[in-house]
Amino acid sequence: MSEAAEKIDSSQREIVTFRIADQDYCIDIGLVREIRGWTPTTVLPQSPTYIKGVMNLRGTVLPVVDLAQRLGLGETEPDARHVIIIAHLGSRTVGLLVEAVSDITSVPQSELKPTPDVASIDAKAFVEGVFTIDDHLIRVIDLKHILPHEEGDRE
Amino acid sequence: MNANTDLREIFFNECEELLEVLSDGIAQMESGEASLDTVNAVFRAVHSIKGGAGAFGLDALVEFAHGFENTLDDMRSGKLETTPRIVELLYMASDRLADLVESARDRQECDPAESKSLLEQLAALSGGPSTMSSPSEPETEVDFAPMTLDFSLDLPDVGGSDGTHEFRFTPSKELYSSGNDPALLFRALSEIGEMNITADTSCVPPLLDHPWDQAFLAWDITLSSEKTQDDILEVFEFVDGMCQIEFKEIPHNPTEGSSRAEEPDPEPETVPQAAEPVQPPAPPVAEGIKPKKTGESSGPNTTIRVDLDRVDRLINLVGELVISEAMLTQSISEVTVPSGSKVETALTTLKQLSSEIQERVMAIRAQPIKFLFQRMSRIVRESSQATSKQARLTTEGEMTEVDKTVIERLADPLTHMIRNAVDHGLEKPEKRLELGKPEKGEIILSAAHRSGRVVIELKDDGAGINRPKVKALAISKGLIPSDLEMSDTEIDNLLFLPGFSTADAVSNLSGRGVGMDVVRSEIQSLGGRVSIQSTPGHGTTVTISLPLTLAVLEGMVVQVAGETLVVPTTALRETIRGRSATIHQMGSGDKVLAMRGELIPIVDLGERLGFRSTPQDLDKLVFLLVESDADKRTAIAVDRVVDQREVVIKGLEANYGRIDGVAAATILGDGRIALIVDTDQLAAPGPSRSSAPMFT
Repeated sequence: MSEAAEKIDSSQREIVTFRIADQDYCIDIGLVREIRGWTPTTVLPQSPTYIKGVMNLRGTVLPVVDLAQRLGLGETEPDARHVIIIAHLGSRTVGLLVEAVSDITSVPQSELKPTPDVASIDAKAFVEGVFTIDDHLIRVIDLKHILPHEEGDRE
Repeated sequence: MNANTDLREIFFNECEELLEVLSDGIAQMESGEASLDTVNAVFRAVHSIKGGAGAFGLDALVEFAHGFENTLDDMRSGKLETTPRIVELLYMASDRLADLVESARDRQECDPAESKSLLEQLAALSGGPSTMSSPSEPETEVDFAPMTLDFSLDLPDVGGSDGTHEFRFTPSKELYSSGNDPALLFRALSEIGEMNITADTSCVPPLLDHPWDQAFLAWDITLSSEKTQDDILEVFEFVDGMCQIEFKEIPHNPTEGSSRAEEPDPEPETVPQAAEPVQPPAPPVAEGIKPKKTGESSGPNTTIRVDLDRVDRLINLVGELVISEAMLTQSISEVTVPSGSKVETALTTLKQLSSEIQERVMAIRAQPIKFLFQRMSRIVRESSQATSKQARLTTEGEMTEVDKTVIERLADPLTHMIRNAVDHGLEKPEKRLELGKPEKGEIILSAAHRSGRVVIELKDDGAGINRPKVKALAISKGLIPSDLEMSDTEIDNLLFLPGFSTADAVSNLSGRGVGMDVVRSEIQSLGGRVSIQSTPGHGTTVTISLPLTLAVLEGMVVQVAGETLVVPTTALRETIRGRSATIHQMGSGDKVLAMRGELIPIVDLGERLGFRSTPQDLDKLVFLLVESDADKRTAIAVDRVVDQREVVIKGLEANYGRIDGVAAATILGDGRIALIVDTDQLAAPGPSRSSAPMFT
């Protein structure tokens, strides 16, 4: 009963938390289609460095974004332990390369705090705000700006 | 709500088909091949549109279709001869009808003035002696609510050779619900001969018990005419299956029925047309209607409507199937299977089946290009009118089947091309006569399948490209340096340069080259090529070549810098080993391949796509000689050719975006993605595929 009530409560946010370069990040669970292990990608020519290439998800070709590199945290050298989060980005589907998925949890929207000014410009552009859960700082990623900008506009 | 929108959808789909029938018919009339059947078909098409439009309350459409129908009716009854003037008006009316259908579909208002003036012109045509058929007569505006139409022309029964037909007409509710109007039928009958008609209201229940959606009226009609029963039945052809017609024998004229071979039975006849008998039907069944007609109305329907989305999903699934099959083949080849084993046979069968399924499924999407071509004849008419030129469009190979998406996306480029051909290709009639050409310009639009591609050609017999002017214009626009020596083909290709087209170009109207860059990019996005040839004084030919399908492609699987890529074989001419080739250095880093007296620029695929930066030892590479449009050859250098196979095209644009030099992606047998290169883009350095960078 109370669980059902919680679900329709718009003030709660269901999030998937994951780790990139030893930091905690999260996105809304509604955006996540599935989570997969790392498989080698096909390199795209003339693509930004944070595009790891394209992968095959049951017949769909989708780009994989190295989130660490995108956030200015250095390039990831992916191996079998790395994880790709398949996420919806408007009408598109992308893979997000992360270190590991940690948890699925629910936090009150009111807990969302603005990104501290100390963060780097890159990080600020992609982070919508932060949650604090058990002393952990969890950054909420704003997926809208993850892909190259011109494409992001074409939805 | 939903059911209603579905019905609307079906109606508009039908309208599309009916409009096609309509313009087919008019074209036949124009060429003088029209029979009465053609006129009937055209009439029926307009009538059905009107009927459907009535059901959806599309008044503007109904009104126009009604007027149109009256004219066609006059043609049907032979009151109007088919003259060029009439054909022209019919074309305009059918265009107008198409417009109205379109605006009704988009739920937009349409300017009624144009309909009105066309209707007036049409009415003027049929303003013949018969007051009954003149659409301007007020008494023809009869409601079809329960009513009695009494043409009390109490004739003495038959004189001389006149036959008299007595019959009973009982419409079913379907007749009303499909938008038909008995009054119109009666009007048509009254043109056959003198008519006496009485409504039988005996079956109409008291108003309180009256079910609103049932039909109760019947009419007894006495018609004096020399025409046969068949002619009378023809009037009811459009309501075939929605009414009952019961003929009574007139005693003193027994030859009427039996004189015709198809009607040996002089007994009272009931034509079994009604799906649902309203009146108790008279038992004897006779062939009052030609068997072909009844077959048409009751025979099994051989086509079904399928949502395009479903077909596409099926196509995607089949694509998956083909990939899985390739993966299976690959993994089986990795384990040792004794040759001639059952696995091998089964695999071969699977391969054959899946490729056949693929072919069949693709065929579902293929459609004759006819519909597109028909739309183009309208463009020719309109643009020749706007430019006061005379042009005739001849189409060839309109049954050529092309993918539906291709057809849809070709409409805009073709429209541009045709406007250009009329506007700038053709000369004014006076000029043409002066040059000894026929007054009417000839535009030929043709389609054909040629070696795995669809080739569409647009040919005009006009003046051809004015090369000095084109060149001067390109120079004045700063597109090329003024001192550049250019071949004729190069000048012709300037038309495709973005920025070339402007209003003050070659002619004072809009300039040849209007949107030609748009045409090119649109065709290229379909995986096609476009080229232009012109002979001054004799005309211009624009050729579009398109892949047969957008889903599968034959390609060479190659390796470059550790990456696997696919080169489409459509552009591929030959492969050459690096060590047997003669390579010359040109300038700083550019190399060319010398072959049969030709120097062909070399593009290192790995370098071009940024997979490696260090120049490779060309001796170890393999050159793929590709030909782009305008017969430009390029040698693409790759490390190794792996295989040649059919690959399923997967778009990159939906999830990522366009990449220069890459056309699409595909999935290989091992489940990994390989990029399909765009040979045309590779051949032209720089982001835009234009000939401009050559000159700068």
